[in-house]
Amino acid sequence: MLKDITLGQYFPGNTPAHKLDPRTKILLVVIYIVALFCAKSFLSYGLVALTLFACVRVSKVGLKALVRGLKPVVIIILFTAVLNLFFTPGQVLFQLGFLKITDAGVSNALRMVLRIMLLIMGTFLLTYTTSPISLTDGLERLLNGLKNFHVPVHELAMMMSIALRFIPTLIEETDKIMSAQKARGADFESGNLFEKAKALIPILVPLFISAFRRADELATAMECRCYHGGEGRTKLHVLRYERRDYAALISGVVIAAAVITLGRLEL
Amino acid sequence: MKDILQIEHLTHTYGAGTPFQRNAVEDLSFTVKEGEFLGIIGHTGSGKSTLIQHLNGLLKPTAGRILLDGKDIWAEPKKIRDVRFRVGLVFQYPEYQLFEETVYKDIAFGPINQGKTGEELDRCVRTAAKLVGLKSEALDKSPFELSGGQKRRVALAGVIAMEPEVLILDEPTAGLDPAGRENLMANIRDFHRNRGGTVILVSHSMDEIAQNVDRILVLKSAHILMDGAPRQVFARGQELIAAGLDVPQVTRVAMALRDRGLPIDPAVYTVEELKRALLNLRKEGAAC
Repeated sequence: MLKDITLGQYFPGNTPAHKLDPRTKILLVVIYIVALFCAKSFLSYGLVALTLFACVRVSKVGLKALVRGLKPVVIIILFTAVLNLFFTPGQVLFQLGFLKITDAGVSNALRMVLRIMLLIMGTFLLTYTTSPISLTDGLERLLNGLKNFHVPVHELAMMMSIALRFIPTLIEETDKIMSAQKARGADFESGNLFEKAKALIPILVPLFISAFRRADELATAMECRCYHGGEGRTKLHVLRYERRDYAALISGVVIAAAVITLGRLEL
Repeated sequence: MKDILQIEHLTHTYGAGTPFQRNAVEDLSFTVKEGEFLGIIGHTGSGKSTLIQHLNGLLKPTAGRILLDGKDIWAEPKKIRDVRFRVGLVFQYPEYQLFEETVYKDIAFGPINQGKTGEELDRCVRTAAKLVGLKSEALDKSPFELSGGQKRRVALAGVIAMEPEVLILDEPTAGLDPAGRENLMANIRDFHRNRGGTVILVSHSMDEIAQNVDRILVLKSAHILMDGAPRQVFARGQELIAAGLDVPQVTRVAMALRDRGLPIDPAVYTVEELKRALLNLRKEGAAC
């Protein structure tokens, strides 16, 4: 049950999308998001969607997996759609009591839904094709310049890698503790909200204790291997831009420029 | 004696419909008699854990049935909790599931879920604590102050306090020191003998299995490889070793002696038996 959660799950593969430098991919996602927010006309949305689907095809990540990632945000999407549908002023198409649907409302709602869906699917594609380790590696290198402003970039990246690394472990642990408490007759399904919240205590207490224990063990293990932060630390895998990275970045910028220009045309 | 648990053609598939689909157990059928002490051995990934989680309804079979006292446990899915009270399952490293402020409250968690109150509750908790050798002063302590072995006993008491008819233990002695192991096994034997309970023990230690159980079930890659009395199972020592398992140390000695030409039954599995066999040989005047 808990194992079904896809939380930025990595799908190993050997496609061009997997082989790109993580820095390139992060930059591309940033460009993608900027382009998406500059898109206004449906034609520009079409271009963004087309680019995304082309990337999905290249990455060989099933479209199904990508759509599954949308499941947790269905409520947010519906909420935005409803808000936009009813509360945008414009020419009234349909009225029921104080609720009215306007032409601008319909097109706004459609655009917002498209925007959120494309946004999430795009970022999911990044986590699907990039392992958490290389993702944080790329982020660390990209933000390296901030070190001059006393931002602890390495420490932040390390914290992120550790957090990502422990998500599956903790999910597994939660599953185990839940089974153990169920074996003692714990009931997580029935009861009102208060009772349900109370039923979580037998899971949360052992989970926190084990998380602290793990943190402690990890800290000791890191110290045993003489970890002392980012100063003077070298990399096992040094990131290097290749021709495909330049090609991908240039195409990204060109497409983004096209989207922004198309967005300015009223269509 | 009557059959308390009947497992009929049990199959469980993980990740159905994904590329990771595999059968953790496949078409398993066996019965457990009331009052029996059954040992389950098998290599890591042979399906032991999946199997035992079916016996108290934590996992639902993909195919096949589990009968408890002749009734399908999934006949009324709403009443599955009652099955869990009757078939107590102690997980591996159960001390990590402790959560209450005091040992007493933690042991009482199961019985309270059963709806026990007042004197009955108190009796269940105290008897269970006594059975696992916890002193009454320990009951008011926080479970997190105790040593590893003590914590494990608290967790065991938490399941025994529900007064289950069948007690399933998944590697109960893993990570304990030798004295702790022996103490815990003595507690479990006590539950088996004095309460007349049925016990299913999953273990990697062949010696532990050999010393305690009446019958052994050997699992190998989702199937039953052997099912029989310890003597019958350990007589097939070579097959066990080929399956990546082990035989008790005593059996190992007997097998080695036989390889050197002594006419010893290679199925002996207790020190006492081996001693007797060796003395007999000496009487018969064989060269030692």
